[in-house]
Amino acid sequence: MLVQKSELSGESRFSRKLFFQKYAAIVMLAVVVLVFSIASPYFLTTTNLMNIAIQTSVIGVLTIAQLIVLLTAGIDLSVGAVTAIAGVLAAMMMRSVPVFVATIGALIIGAVFGYANGLIISKMKVPPFIVTLGMSGMLRGLNLVITNGLPISNLPTSVAWFGRGKVLGIPVPVFFLIIVTLLFQWILSKTRLGRYTYAIGSNEEATRLSGINTAKYVRIIYMLAGLLSGLAGMILIGRLNSAHPTAAQGYEVNAIAASVIGGASLMGGVGTAYGAIVGAFIMTILNNGLTLLGVSAFYQQIAVGAILIVAVCWDYVQRRA
Amino acid sequence: MALLRMRGITKIFPGVVALDGVDFDLNEGEVHVLLGENGAGKSTLMKILAGIYSADQGEILIHGKPVVFQNAKDAAEHGISIIHQEFNLIPHLSVAENIFIGREPIKGWPARIDFEQMNAATAEILRSFNLDLKPTDIVGELSVAMRQMVEIARAISTKSKIIIMDEPTAAITEQEIAELFSHIEQLKEQGVGIIYISHRLSEVLEIGDRVSVLRDGKYVGTRNAKETDTDELIRMMVGREITTFYPKESVEIGEEILVASDVSRPGYLKDISFSVRRGEVLGVAGLMGSGRTELMRAIFGADRGVSGQLFINGREIDLANHSPEKSVKSGLAFLTEDRKGSGLLLNLAVHVNLTLAGLGRLTRFGVIDKRAETDASLDLVKLLDIKTPSIGTSVNSLSGGNQQKVILARWLFNNADIIILDEPTRGIDVGAKVEIYSIINELVSEGKAVIMVSSDLPEVLSLSDRIMVLCQGTLAGIVERDEASQERIMELATGSATLS
Repeated sequence: MLVQKSELSGESRFSRKLFFQKYAAIVMLAVVVLVFSIASPYFLTTTNLMNIAIQTSVIGVLTIAQLIVLLTAGIDLSVGAVTAIAGVLAAMMMRSVPVFVATIGALIIGAVFGYANGLIISKMKVPPFIVTLGMSGMLRGLNLVITNGLPISNLPTSVAWFGRGKVLGIPVPVFFLIIVTLLFQWILSKTRLGRYTYAIGSNEEATRLSGINTAKYVRIIYMLAGLLSGLAGMILIGRLNSAHPTAAQGYEVNAIAASVIGGASLMGGVGTAYGAIVGAFIMTILNNGLTLLGVSAFYQQIAVGAILIVAVCWDYVQRRA
Repeated sequence: MALLRMRGITKIFPGVVALDGVDFDLNEGEVHVLLGENGAGKSTLMKILAGIYSADQGEILIHGKPVVFQNAKDAAEHGISIIHQEFNLIPHLSVAENIFIGREPIKGWPARIDFEQMNAATAEILRSFNLDLKPTDIVGELSVAMRQMVEIARAISTKSKIIIMDEPTAAITEQEIAELFSHIEQLKEQGVGIIYISHRLSEVLEIGDRVSVLRDGKYVGTRNAKETDTDELIRMMVGREITTFYPKESVEIGEEILVASDVSRPGYLKDISFSVRRGEVLGVAGLMGSGRTELMRAIFGADRGVSGQLFINGREIDLANHSPEKSVKSGLAFLTEDRKGSGLLLNLAVHVNLTLAGLGRLTRFGVIDKRAETDASLDLVKLLDIKTPSIGTSVNSLSGGNQQKVILARWLFNNADIIILDEPTRGIDVGAKVEIYSIINELVSEGKAVIMVSSDLPEVLSLSDRIMVLCQGTLAGIVERDEASQERIMELATGSATLS
């Protein structure tokens, strides 16, 4: 007996489990917002909310970068380092070329380093954890070498557009965050690249044996993660109006935490761009709210760490169920 | 008195009677061979003896006393040890550490391993076997035969009275086999009883004292090795009854669609050539380790290090530079034997699994046409009668038979011309099996070609137009449908066929 056609095509694109995870992130966001709204009179103000959005921009873009890699059952520990070096190299380029050209340069530099990660991972079949950890170390070192460890300031004034400009009344960093989120949600859910990203994370061997050049798609994904890191680097130097070789330190870990809190699985194949951004906002709001309440930055680190562990445990328990 | 007696052993797995009242005994200083086709119940019987499974009925007597094993440790304490096909040694540790693992001699305070004593004891054991090994040699650096000997040495050092050897010669060279056999003779002199499982009939007759045959979980009979021959043993092994009726529809056979020549992969396959024609089902038979799966993977481009040529519709592909991507583009499909490991995207939706290989047909400029995908998925679900609550359901909640149909549908959607099926009916219920048979019939009637690997001989015999038999990585023969019988195939598969 066949089930009714309309019933069969029901729009539960993924398992109910994932649906619940996505739901859980939004509930968590609502709870955090509610708690801080009650606890601090300054939290629910337009200025503060705009601050939160701007603060989320860099980490949010990096969360999307991390998410697409996590979806392939990989991990990219170099997104922070790529962000920093793309920013520094862009700043150096601005001494001789227009800001626009330097921006393109930053994106290309990010993409090249990401592609290098993907190339080593797909060709040598080595764990992404090690490759990207090594890449991160090398880029951090290289960054210190080329800058002598000093920040680059006196950037052209037009760079500030990336940090403080507005498009359609929206701050540029937030504008980029929205564009990146919508674009990648679309890529992941509607395109062949997105479909293969989930497939590789779910079962790379089965995907390969279905005639898909998985190595190529792995390289593309790492390249896109690098490209997004380059964009994050531009937003960061725009906001700071200078390029710091040690910028974006530890952002890779926060990006992992945000993705996982937002419902992505470290085992691959599960997660959405919307969920990941919700995760990134939860992280920023925690920092912002705790600061408003006068909790020291030291304690904030403890809170973020604890939330990461809870989120990962949640992920494992869900999968075992 | 017999060292070991197993009486009326019965083991039932959900849906299958794996062992049905099987008897088996073993004397001191004897090599008793256990024979049977894949799935005859040899491994299950040995796992019961080693305490890994417990029998549902029957008793085990050692020296006439009934024993009950709750777990593998119980069996070990009664002097039973099993040497598995896959080694259970830790490659990074030394010979001595492996032999004494779990029962290392301890000295002093705080307690530490007494390496001196351990190495001395190991040297003693190795000397008794005339093994040219040092206790401190690292196991991972030893040859396969030597590793096998270390396993045996471990079994001896635990004062095993009964040693079960599961295909000990599957991975070793002729010379190493001779070495192993001389050690087995030594063990016999020491009064150890050995249960020896192998598919190689000639060597079975050489090393065995008695041979017992199992078929479909039933005890068939026991023969003295000196008084039997390979013909008789093969007759005992085959003759499974065909319980399900699957009619083969006659289809007009067309031109050759795939030709493989000199397919080789060092250590797995040697110079195998064959062809398949449109409308034909080519069965592939062979025992465990004969290279059936490796051959299919080689044809599909799934493994590196393969040499040979492939011609699909006359177009040449160099196997040294092959890939699944090329295969799929040239109309090949591959349903792997490991449905969950290399077939399904388990946590993803049914429709994602269905359209994976043929996604290009639903894509424009890299964007998936969702409506077309939904329609195509619903059509496939209807076509193969896949039982699923919806196409959005994740595929791991489907039954084994329906999961298998999902993978078949994936390839049908991609319009594959040549479909390789590796154990397509393993582990699925009878109803789903019959459905898969009718799909195979339908495929060939559309002029497609099917290559089907199966361990189920009646299945291969009733569905195939020709049967290719592999033995130890070589082509043992290709048998036409009217000349095929279970005996003929087993002769070829066990390497005991007289060349004709």
